[in-house]
Amino acid sequence: MVSRTTADYESLAYAGCKAVNEPAFWAGFDRSSGDGFYDYFRQITEYEPKRAAKFCIDHYCWLCINPKEAEDVGLAREVISIIPDFIQCDNVLGIGEIGLNKNSKNELLILEEHIQLAVDHDQMILVHTPHLEDKLKGTKLIVDALNNHSKIDHSKVIIDHVEEHTAKIVLSNGYWAGMTLYPESKVTPNRAIDMLEIFGNENVWLNSACDWGISDPLSVPKAALEMRRRGYDDEYIDDIVYKNPVKFMSQCDKFKLR
Amino acid sequence: MDARIKLIDVAAFLDRVERHGQTDDYRYHALKEAINELQSDEIGRVAKILNRFSDHSTEPIDKADIQGAFGAPNPNNK
Repeated sequence: MVSRTTADYESLAYAGCKAVNEPAFWAGFDRSSGDGFYDYFRQITEYEPKRAAKFCIDHYCWLCINPKEAEDVGLAREVISIIPDFIQCDNVLGIGEIGLNKNSKNELLILEEHIQLAVDHDQMILVHTPHLEDKLKGTKLIVDALNNHSKIDHSKVIIDHVEEHTAKIVLSNGYWAGMTLYPESKVTPNRAIDMLEIFGNENVWLNSACDWGISDPLSVPKAALEMRRRGYDDEYIDDIVYKNPVKFMSQCDKFKLR
Repeated sequence: MDARIKLIDVAAFLDRVERHGQTDDYRYHALKEAINELQSDEIGRVAKILNRFSDHSTEPIDKADIQGAFGAPNPNNK
């Protein structure tokens, strides 16, 4: 997790975490060249797995240029051209987190080119949806772009950052829905559990945001505790926090828990 | 208690905005309109509030000039 300290890996290990999956995402600033991404892809395919392994955590990742930097089509295409060099790395699960940020024409163009890249290389897809006022529109545009591609296996696509007004759009189209948990600014553990009660627990996973903002790697364990407070049994909690993500990621042959 | 604290925080925020003369901000008006949903007798308040805070246009914008978001669609951006 490039934006986190080694102590965070240690905390995750103490909480019982077996594996993490890290999407390629924004670095907190815009990178100036394809070379910057080449080094970044080396970091998440070579260095981060070693850092996680010190705490007996398996590290997996996804590759792309994130939507925040996709407005620059020239840079985006340069990055897309180097992704095939890394796709066969042992810890790469697929293409992600692709998607939209401000719902622009260029972002949509690069999203479509990432989707084609995933299809060409038979890769799973992890999608980021925009935040705040842009989420509803962006989720609809993303689902349309995926639905328009005849070769997409919907069960191998997870659309992340769903909220109460977008979860049904994702799930009713046969995609997996990701609920990224934050301490306060976006979906909290309590709201995520509310959504599980409303939309069910099929094809849904919870994940802890571990980004540059205020986020908490232990959000999923905290959601598990909240589920226990609400009276859910161990089997239900295990389905949500462990079996569901394992089921989704196991569609990639490279995903193997030790 | 948690909901009580959050409701009081919202009230304090509205008082603060008005005290400092910032009520021209479109997000202040979006927030006040969204608060009406809390008085609904139907389940589904969260989705309704999120929908009120959402851009309902359907076509991609020409260019992303910024990377962030503001919390509510700006009525001046048609």
